[in-house]
Amino acid sequence: MTVDETIRQVLTDHGRLAVPVDALSDDTDLFGAGMTSHASVNVMLALEDAFDFEFSEKMLKKSTFESIGSIRSGVLEMTGG
Amino acid sequence: MSAPETLRVGVDLVAVEEVAASLDHFGDRYVTRLFTAHEIETCRTAGTSGEGRAGYAVESLAARFAAKEAVVKVLRPIEMQPDWRTIEIHRMTGGWCEIRLSGQAAELAADAGIGELAVSLSHESTMATAVVVGRCTPRGEGDR
Repeated sequence: MTVDETIRQVLTDHGRLAVPVDALSDDTDLFGAGMTSHASVNVMLALEDAFDFEFSEKMLKKSTFESIGSIRSGVLEMTGG
Repeated sequence: MSAPETLRVGVDLVAVEEVAASLDHFGDRYVTRLFTAHEIETCRTAGTSGEGRAGYAVESLAARFAAKEAVVKVLRPIEMQPDWRTIEIHRMTGGWCEIRLSGQAAELAADAGIGELAVSLSHESTMATAVVVGRCTPRGEGDR
């Protein structure tokens, strides 16, 4: 799976979104789409599992997880991609 | 003349089953990324329904997460999301809980002039909730 496909799968499995992940664009506000803070924790942990890294402290901010695009940027920063 | 004190309030509601599902999926990693050693120890022994999933009283963990989120609502961070473990729900010997902040959360509280926080937690088998009230002394233009 590509990075984007993996992110979307993680959001499908753990995001508890009110709308289908397929309906989300890169910059859709995930919190506006129904993701709670608790769900964002699960998304964070699942991303770490999927990409085999641990988010650094400076990455643990709400803006990292607010959209698919911001998650992709965070993942690529952590994986050096 | 000093600025008048104000109050901030935060409330949150967490589905116990969501915490149970997280425990099932992520195990101890979920617990150690969110909760302090004191909270983990408290939730291993607290509760009236005996050992919960993975050895934790899941309702107690859910109530503590709700309290942490309620604290965040009181702190009103604009960008920085404090590490969840810098907000500790400390269970006192008498059974009530107090909030102890450290690190980023303590910095946010200091910036906002919040000198005192009070918390109340509650749960049923399916839902957990917490309310947090903060006493805030604004610091002029820098106050948020």
